[in-house]
Amino acid sequence: MPRMTMIEAIRSAMDVAMGRDDNVVVFGEDVGYFGGVFRCTQGLQQKYGHTRCFDTPISELGIIGTAIGMAAYGLRPCAEVQFADYVYPAYDQIVSEAARIRYRSNGEFTCPIVIRMPTGGGIFGGQTHSQSPEALFTHVSGLKVVVPSNPRDAKGLLIAAIEDPDPVIFLEPKRLYNGPFDGHHERPVTPWSKHELGEVADGHFTVPLGKAAVRREGAALTILAYGTMVYVAQTAAEEMGIDAEIIDLRTLLPLDLDTIVASVKKTGRCVVVHEATLTSGYGAELAALVQEHCFYHLEAPIARVAGWDTPYPHAQEWDYFPGPHRVGEALIETMEA
Amino acid sequence: MASKTRLSLHVPEPEVRPGDQPDFSDVVIPKAGSVDRPPVDVDPREIRDLAYSIIRVLNRQGEAVGPWAGTLTDEELAQGLRHMMLLRAFDARMQTAQRQGKTSFYMQHMGEEAVSCAFRKALEPGDMNFPTYRQAGLLIAGDYPMVDMMNQIYSNESDPLKGRQLPVLYASKEHGFFSVSGNLGTQFVQAVGWAMASAIKNDTKIAAGWIGDGSTAESDFHAALVFASTYRAPVVLNIVNNQWAISTFQGIARGGSGTFAARGLGFGLPTLRVDGNDYLAVHAVAKWAVERARRNLGPTLVEYVTYRVGAHSTSDDPSAYRPKEESEAWPLGDPVIRLKNHLIRRGLWTDERHKQAEAEILDSVISAQKEAEKHGTLHSGGRPSPRDMFEGVYETMPPHLRRQRQKAGV
Repeated sequence: MPRMTMIEAIRSAMDVAMGRDDNVVVFGEDVGYFGGVFRCTQGLQQKYGHTRCFDTPISELGIIGTAIGMAAYGLRPCAEVQFADYVYPAYDQIVSEAARIRYRSNGEFTCPIVIRMPTGGGIFGGQTHSQSPEALFTHVSGLKVVVPSNPRDAKGLLIAAIEDPDPVIFLEPKRLYNGPFDGHHERPVTPWSKHELGEVADGHFTVPLGKAAVRREGAALTILAYGTMVYVAQTAAEEMGIDAEIIDLRTLLPLDLDTIVASVKKTGRCVVVHEATLTSGYGAELAALVQEHCFYHLEAPIARVAGWDTPYPHAQEWDYFPGPHRVGEALIETMEA
Repeated sequence: MASKTRLSLHVPEPEVRPGDQPDFSDVVIPKAGSVDRPPVDVDPREIRDLAYSIIRVLNRQGEAVGPWAGTLTDEELAQGLRHMMLLRAFDARMQTAQRQGKTSFYMQHMGEEAVSCAFRKALEPGDMNFPTYRQAGLLIAGDYPMVDMMNQIYSNESDPLKGRQLPVLYASKEHGFFSVSGNLGTQFVQAVGWAMASAIKNDTKIAAGWIGDGSTAESDFHAALVFASTYRAPVVLNIVNNQWAISTFQGIARGGSGTFAARGLGFGLPTLRVDGNDYLAVHAVAKWAVERARRNLGPTLVEYVTYRVGAHSTSDDPSAYRPKEESEAWPLGDPVIRLKNHLIRRGLWTDERHKQAEAEILDSVISAQKEAEKHGTLHSGGRPSPRDMFEGVYETMPPHLRRQRQKAGV
């Protein structure tokens, strides 16, 4: 099976989707001729023509607003916002329009769009190239929110998202574009070619939305993670010698609650990790759900390891990023509680 | 060293306020028939002056004059009059229904009937409007069933939108009427996207976007013009300038100079300004812009100059911010009366027939209302099921919504 980076896998997903369905169109800033600032759309314009893959003016509101109109016509737009940090000008279109069109029109009109955006930190991106705004979308009825953590899932989830009848926010952890990252910034990064999840089938396949993956089975404690934090959690558990069960959520909305509940009922302990800021972050929803559904099985308070409640800093990158040390401490505390 | 001046902030104010004498002396009204009609493939640079004029067909004597006249048959004109009368009668009944507590809210079109009614007649089946909440004439002139409009307004058991939407925020794909949103301006750029899609698929359908004068200040307006211009999308971008955005006069959105139409010039768009109370002029301009779009010549920006005679909504009292008699002083008059006078002048209509038509139309509205009320009103009779509240958020209901529906006991 071929090896792909996450970038290549994402590009392959769009290639496959465009090849199968003439209604799939791909556009955004620098997405066309240049192939995207992260190379995710490289070659698509040459292959499918400039009315299927094209550059847009620098207007996130315009990109998403026109995508919604195209979807109402019957296309399946896969739009890119260059960084998740720049999605806010389109927030009204996403929340007030894309998410609600099916509901408010009783299905007269629908909005099968995908909004791809690179997300997350760990790259010295500072305040506006590092944010993780997923909680701003998981709070919105009508959206689906996906965060892949490896090339295979990225391709399968993206094809599933493009084929999905509802609007999907597709957050791509840019720290994982070229290889897995466990937070050990002092070590050299290994490429996806050395990782089993870098094996990605060439043709069409999907990874279903709304289904989590158990990355490591364990008995001592459940870690709920997604994106880059899946690898941080794995490394933290190994370093601390804790037999953790690690769940990669993959889809945040709708959530695979069954997998979570089964795991926490088994382990009795739960640690939630994400890069996004703590207060009202997605971890709060996870903690509340675990508390509600697993209360009598819990042997310790649910711990949350997250970004601090500050804007994402530049120089203090590794003091901010919830790396293996901070996650490891939370694992020990939860085991000792 | 240059001397320093103490700065002061300019906040535009309308010329008159409640208690003042209405004054539209600063509104320059060109003579009917005086504005040229360029070919639809005109280079936008050659018609920049049209952004500062007003295209008019009906003169004071009720005659249709000039190069924009003659786009409608006698029969179509009589039908247009009936559509406007129907919209007005519909508005009056629903306004009253709101006062009677049969619905929570209503918004009328008084004075603006020509804009949406005449525009609709320039479209073909399959074209798509992205309307605001004040273009129900698109539905009326497109023969959408009045009963269904009322069912929506009443949020009753037959409401096509299952009680989920505020009154007047209709949606009908079949009738080319995109789902109306409460969020202003959003649909303007969506219209451009729809038109781009039609062009991507090498289709022949076109889109029409709608926005009010106040909402042109929203970022969506700017984005729509950029994208329409960049991709030469087959879209007609309509600005309905009714002088008022709730209590705010149009100078707050427009600033101190130019016109709303002139905003299109910087984007290289062909831009027309039209008498919004002149059914014939609205239709002629719409036809021109639609033909331009359909011939793949690109988008057009149109400003309809009109006046919001009624209150902003049933929750608004205009006497708190503008003179009560202001609408009577409005120099472009009343669209219904102007078309009526034109038809009478041409011997196609009489005062008697007008009164008869008014009675017939009122009857049809009342019988539709009776039919709708059989299915319930907001607070009495049949209503949508609470189960409907959970449907349609997604195509397939996800587990968390199923759990919530169970919890709600529906």
